[in-house]
Amino acid sequence: MTDTIIALQNVSKWYNPAFQVLKDCTLAVPKGEVVVVCGPSGSGKSTLIKCINALESFREGEITVDGVRLHEKGVNLPKLRARVGMVFQHFELFPHLSVLDNLDLAQIKVLGRGKQEARTKSEALLHRVELSEHANKFPGQLSGGQQQRVAIARALAMDPVVMLFDEPTSALDPEMVSEVLDVMVKLAHEGMTMMVVTHEMGFARKVAHRVVFMDRGEIVVDAPKDAFFGDVGNERAKLFLSKILQH
Amino acid sequence: MFSNFDFQAIIQALPYLFGQGMVFTLTLTVLSALGGLMLGTLLALARISGGRVLSTVATGYVNLMRTLPLVLVIFWFYFMVPYIGQWLLQESRPIKVGGFSSALLTFIMFEAAYFSEIMRGGIQSVARGQNAAGLALGLTGGQTMRYIVLPQVLRTMLPVLLTQTIVLFQDTSLVYVLSLTDFLGAASKIAQRDGRLVEMYCFAALVYFAICFLASQAVRHLQSRVAIIR
Repeated sequence: MTDTIIALQNVSKWYNPAFQVLKDCTLAVPKGEVVVVCGPSGSGKSTLIKCINALESFREGEITVDGVRLHEKGVNLPKLRARVGMVFQHFELFPHLSVLDNLDLAQIKVLGRGKQEARTKSEALLHRVELSEHANKFPGQLSGGQQQRVAIARALAMDPVVMLFDEPTSALDPEMVSEVLDVMVKLAHEGMTMMVVTHEMGFARKVAHRVVFMDRGEIVVDAPKDAFFGDVGNERAKLFLSKILQH
Repeated sequence: MFSNFDFQAIIQALPYLFGQGMVFTLTLTVLSALGGLMLGTLLALARISGGRVLSTVATGYVNLMRTLPLVLVIFWFYFMVPYIGQWLLQESRPIKVGGFSSALLTFIMFEAAYFSEIMRGGIQSVARGQNAAGLALGLTGGQTMRYIVLPQVLRTMLPVLLTQTIVLFQDTSLVYVLSLTDFLGAASKIAQRDGRLVEMYCFAALVYFAICFLASQAVRHLQSRVAIIR
């Protein structure tokens, strides 16, 4: 746990002059760590995670991802994004392509892998998320949970150095949440560096090294898991936790 | 009125009507539709993701074309293209442009305005999320458009594009103002020559109706088959 994969230094962002979505966010994710980001809706979690692969811009501060300094001019964004896997809340599979083609596309077009090489990789990954029998189906023929597992496999096909998850289970029917979380837990145990925006505190307890709590654009708490769930020591975080852990 | 309706006149005219007229009409329709779709897609892209200058120019062009009557544009191009060509190529005289080339150019430029509106709507409806997903995988904006957004837009919009092409098929009959021999032009020539106005114009109407009706049915059938499963 020496190399820092993601480093944010005093990152701030405004949607308009009056509304600041990110306030002075500082955070570091070392290689191999799993960081869970939670907080009330509208607290800037998704915006923060999207800044990391430059799907969102930021105005102040510095973000360094795997040695690439995003705040500097002339950064090769496609090249950076190819090394940062991203899983979206609404899956965002490509509906006009088969499951296998979803996995193949960027391997061929971005990494320049041969058709056969990409296919072999895709098939192995589908096997890993236990969807081999659905390889030739279209995304629309799969359940939400299956689609999200395909999306994870699609991101992994690029051999990313870090995986970002933006509320990966919040668009799923309850009975499908665990199949997706199982894949993520396995991934965490294999040592993947992960940053996960989620309200699944069970997942956080199980695999997170650290938990970050955001509120109104600020990182309010950034604590090791045990400290966070033991006594977080912050009123806003306590209130939030008591609300989502009530039932 | 129909007491001396002469079917023989129609039958004798068939080789000319279809061999010359319909071939011309279909060629013009297909080439105009393809050219219009390509130019229209470029215009849509310019409006959506071009810089401010490019998008203003494209918007202005589309709005201009959509506010002018087609016949006027056909005339205008027919008479202006030789002079524009002269100016572009720096020739000493107006260049010679055949009626077909002039008509084709007109229809491509005119239809592009309509196709661009269809494509623009389609591109905007393919959720922004798809764009983000493409970019997040490391595809460039251009690759995302080409491999992810446009294929979906074409499939979703195919029925609308084909319906617009059916309208185009009817509109190509306007080239008769340039004395070109499209299907209607051919029917008109025979009608004048043989004095068989009723036969020829009735038959022409019937053929246009039959083709457009069948094509519309085919589009409806196709609609369910090309739809993307979501």
